[in-house]
Amino acid sequence: MLTVEGLRSRYGRIEVLHGIDLHVDSGEIVAVVGANGAGKTTLLRCLSGVQPVSAGTVTFRGEPLTVVPAHRRLARGLAQSPEGRQIFTNLTVAENLRLGAFLYSDDRVWKDMEDAFQMFPILREKRNLAAGGLSGGQQQMLAMARALMGRPSCLLLDEPSMGLAPIIVAQIFDVVKSLKALGVTVLLVEQNAFGALKVADRGYVMETGQITIQGEAAELIAHPRIREAYLGI
Amino acid sequence: MSELLQFVFSGITVGAVYALVALGFTIIFNASGVVNFAQGEFVMLGGMITVFAHAAGLPLPLAALIAIVVTAAVGVALNRLAIEPARGAPVVSLIIITIGASIFIRGASQLIFDKQIHSFPAFSGDDPIHVLGATILMQSLWVIGGALAVFAGLWLFFTKTLLGRAVLATSNNRMAAQLVGINTKFVMTLSFALSAAIGAFGGVLVTPITLTAYDVGLALALKGFAAAMLGGMGNPKGALVGGLLLGLLEALTAGYLSSQYKDAAAFVIILAVLFFMPQGLFGRKSTDRV
Repeated sequence: MLTVEGLRSRYGRIEVLHGIDLHVDSGEIVAVVGANGAGKTTLLRCLSGVQPVSAGTVTFRGEPLTVVPAHRRLARGLAQSPEGRQIFTNLTVAENLRLGAFLYSDDRVWKDMEDAFQMFPILREKRNLAAGGLSGGQQQMLAMARALMGRPSCLLLDEPSMGLAPIIVAQIFDVVKSLKALGVTVLLVEQNAFGALKVADRGYVMETGQITIQGEAAELIAHPRIREAYLGI
Repeated sequence: MSELLQFVFSGITVGAVYALVALGFTIIFNASGVVNFAQGEFVMLGGMITVFAHAAGLPLPLAALIAIVVTAAVGVALNRLAIEPARGAPVVSLIIITIGASIFIRGASQLIFDKQIHSFPAFSGDDPIHVLGATILMQSLWVIGGALAVFAGLWLFFTKTLLGRAVLATSNNRMAAQLVGINTKFVMTLSFALSAAIGAFGGVLVTPITLTAYDVGLALALKGFAAAMLGGMGNPKGALVGGLLLGLLEALTAGYLSSQYKDAAAFVIILAVLFFMPQGLFGRKSTDRV
């Protein structure tokens, strides 16, 4: 579904992605794990078109993606729940969800919002409150729900567990797992390597802008270097 | 009694002018966080272009329409040529760019038009209406009605339409707006076009009362800015109430104290309000949690 080949990106003169190769097949959950500063977020920003790509190709559902402007990529089926949630803090929870479906104005929008409330019941309670007043966990739920309102075939999920209490993290990862049943392919980027690899089918380890290890998620959890470097075991 | 009523009438008329300018600030501010100090020039262009198009023989409504469309195009050009190339710069830099743009537009207008003071006939004649011993011009009712209509339109746009919310979303988080499929470039173009059109519309309405010349924009922008700050920047309700309040304050001070103190009294009260309510009367407090 998503194929990345030789992707490079830079901030000014400093290159932060040195040729990334990865692929995500339809229906998979793929995790990219790595330390802070490895370039994981830059990778997802490149895929969404909000960060310039200096070399390499990205193919999504058989078509080249790098030429598509950022605001047209959701219509192609690619959504992102970004790092730091990036919800619209000045709008209400319901307005955030409605804007997630900005491209649509049919009846399915309201059905999808109902589904989002089923998935995250707390959002229904807070639907008329300003999103900026939500707790971190609730903001994360809103960011994911907003991305799903765009009817993606592939969801890019950036650090959904960052800064959250363990019980909320478990809830978020359960939702990620459940996306598979909804037919949404997931590319999950995480520092929480163990949590991410447990829900993923396959995984990549990213270090200073390069993919260093890849394989089945179960293999990676058992990999001695990963256990030492990322799982703290 | 009739004296007070007369002051109130003239206060509301001037206040509606300020409100129209203040309303023009709201859209660009809501889309980008930029206070556009060229807003007063849009008001000036609305009046001046109408004057010259009317003098060239066009009927007044057509001349006014042309003025609004041309001014909207100037607004779009301001965004494309001056604001967009500086994207990523701090908001303060963008505000300074708008000050530069206002100086440029004023200078260009002096060359293209002239330095004379102009006007055109009031829409419904010059006969005043008598109410309880006071008088009000028909054109004042046009200005007040225009301010109310623009206010209602903006209020509906921002609270009831998806596009209006997309404008708010763009200012709040441009990257996230792109991620949900909003064309943020188009939102900016639209904001400048709408703000400029509202400014020009105000200029068309007020010119028969206040007259116009190439340099009326600066004073209008400052008063409109003060009104918007008083009411709460970015909120259409704040712009309307702030404008009317400022106009009333000035008229009452001029009437009962001295016309020399009218600006001073108005600004003292604005300072007092902002001291206790820094967000303005209707401004939203931002309560972001991380």
